[in-house]
Amino acid sequence: MSKLRVEDLERISQRVRKMTLLREGAGRAKITVHMGTCGIAAGARGIMNALMEEIESRGIEDVLLTSSGCAGLCSQEPMITVEVKDQAPVKYVGLTREKVQRILAQHVQGGQVVGEYALARGSERPS
Amino acid sequence: MTEPLNQQYRLNLMLCAGTACVSMKSFAIKARLEEELRRHGLDGEVLVVLTGCNGFCAVGPVMTVMPDGIFYHTLTPHVIPKLVEEHFLKGRPVEKLMFTPPAEKAAVPRLADIGFFANQTLVALRNRGMIDPEKIDEYIGRDGYRALAKALTEMTPESIVETIKASGLRGRGGGGFPTGLKWELCRKAAGDVKYLVCNADEGDPGAYMDRSIVEADPHSVLEGMLIGARAIGAAHGFVYIRAEYPLARKRLQIAIDQAREYGLLGEGILGSDLDFDVSIKQGAGAFVCGEETSLIASIEGRPPEPRQRPPFPAQSGIRGKPTNINNVETWATVAPIIERGAGWFAAMGTAKSKGTKVFSLVGKIQNTGLIEVLMGTPLRKIIFDIGGGIPDGKAFKAVQTGGPSGGCLPASLLDLPVDYESLTEAGSIMGSGGMIVMDEDTCMVDVAKYFVEFTNDESCGKCSACRDGSGALLEILRRICAGEGRLEDLDTLAELCEVIKDASMCGLGQTLPNPVLTTLRYFRDEYEAHIRDRKCPGKVCKPLIRYFIDPEICRGCTVCARDCPSKAITGERKKAHVIDQARCVKCGVCLEACGVFGISAVKIE
Repeated sequence: MSKLRVEDLERISQRVRKMTLLREGAGRAKITVHMGTCGIAAGARGIMNALMEEIESRGIEDVLLTSSGCAGLCSQEPMITVEVKDQAPVKYVGLTREKVQRILAQHVQGGQVVGEYALARGSERPS
Repeated sequence: MTEPLNQQYRLNLMLCAGTACVSMKSFAIKARLEEELRRHGLDGEVLVVLTGCNGFCAVGPVMTVMPDGIFYHTLTPHVIPKLVEEHFLKGRPVEKLMFTPPAEKAAVPRLADIGFFANQTLVALRNRGMIDPEKIDEYIGRDGYRALAKALTEMTPESIVETIKASGLRGRGGGGFPTGLKWELCRKAAGDVKYLVCNADEGDPGAYMDRSIVEADPHSVLEGMLIGARAIGAAHGFVYIRAEYPLARKRLQIAIDQAREYGLLGEGILGSDLDFDVSIKQGAGAFVCGEETSLIASIEGRPPEPRQRPPFPAQSGIRGKPTNINNVETWATVAPIIERGAGWFAAMGTAKSKGTKVFSLVGKIQNTGLIEVLMGTPLRKIIFDIGGGIPDGKAFKAVQTGGPSGGCLPASLLDLPVDYESLTEAGSIMGSGGMIVMDEDTCMVDVAKYFVEFTNDESCGKCSACRDGSGALLEILRRICAGEGRLEDLDTLAELCEVIKDASMCGLGQTLPNPVLTTLRYFRDEYEAHIRDRKCPGKVCKPLIRYFIDPEICRGCTVCARDCPSKAITGERKKAHVIDQARCVKCGVCLEACGVFGISAVKIE
């Protein structure tokens, strides 16, 4: 590694930016894959992998990817919940790799909810 | 260091690898985590990161799951398989491993919501738990070395000094001398060769602020020193670190090596004309080395005896050259001030004590740990809101700030704001930030004796006031604890203290009477109880207490008799036992052994 110049600091920061954002929990959007037993059986693992690959290949840096348990609608798994900052969360159901690609492009990157795959907006209220 | 970080990880497990957590098997936990993640095929998406001290040492080993911020504590290798399967595979955080405040029933899942963390303000500890201290890129990723770049490209040495002066930063090592002024004195001192020193010779019992900063974020210290080098005109710096801190030393060496590789140490730093390098000087762990002139003597290879000042190190320090010494926390605070401006820093704290201060909170306190709070935060908030109060429902008796050079403050001063002036006025000092909490079972005379024993041991012996004065103090304190004190001893103690303060050359001697003076001031009744009534209210001083068995409670289970090392307990099975006072060595084993229906039949009087 050659000696750094001032502008190299920014270059290194960019290289680790995704990691920094992740650790600060400060993404612009968060995608939750529901990975209960039902979700895993229905292929949530593949959805998770697809998301990771797509996020990587599209060079998306500010989206956090996380998992949670069963969302309570086992018949419609695999499911994800997309939360764009300052917007109501959207649940997508019955997913495939192709649907995930479209959701990423249209909703996460483009800001337009993909109505045909969406189950509902908002989330249940805890009692 | 330069290998591209895998961008695919969706979770980072920030596992604490500070000294306290390491002693509780952090490394074994990391190995187990990685093994289990591999087994579930999660090793490509979940990364285990070893961080420096997270601060919540009481419940270590601790781990924060990012980006969710879920905080797990008291981990052991055997809970890992379940944790990995439940949380990282199935996405169900494990409540059993989350923190539940003692007074509450529900667990608090997120670190940011736990009182211990929520009440802190981080400046010196800004990167704690967020980075792997052994990877320079992670430090740079959190705006590391940006302040240095600013200092080199946008500021003159004079304006750096002015900024530090205007920020109101004062030395975090104990004295509280204004840092900017210290830099200016060294900058203006005549001579081409100047040295910087980072004092990491943290010697106070119970204090580990500096160790934790070096372990968690060594580059923050190096960046501060680099900025100081620019301001002062120094080309070489020493980090004086004690041999008892192997992990801190190792991480610092890694940081120095990585900084050199990036050209952040060496010649022409960041393309500027700044040349600066740092070497580690290992200390042998003598308390007096915390004193500037002793430290300089030690770096030069001489016995660590202080010398008369002036000349101050800023005029004549290492090898007679102008030398600027700051402690670890001070150096770690420099970069944020340069980056965010003097006004930002000066807006925090009190009129004369600006910014934040790191404390190690130890002793009889629920949440033992490392904390950083705004200057001026009341003791009560530190001890109860952050520290979680006193364990086992006991009452608070005193808090000792500033280590052996500090004083013991009573409950009546719990609302005292913690800043340099208030602590000094109360008879204590800020010191480097040790905070030892004591409960009702503490004997304040015994505490004073303990600290004087320490300083008497650590006195270099150069000044007779310190060397013999501490010995004389100790003799009297020992006599009082043995029940042989005389009332006139109290005046003698006070007088001796004044003489030691006045006639000692360095800070060690000048401050060693503080524990005695403050206990005399705030806990005089305990001294008098020892002398007049031959009683130890804290039930600590062995010659003044007596163990006995309450025959009404004792069921004759024989456990105490079996455990007693001096065979002082006799009695028949199922009949009340008796302690033979002549044989009893007052070790307290019987008290620990006895537990009839949760009440002990063994009593102390």
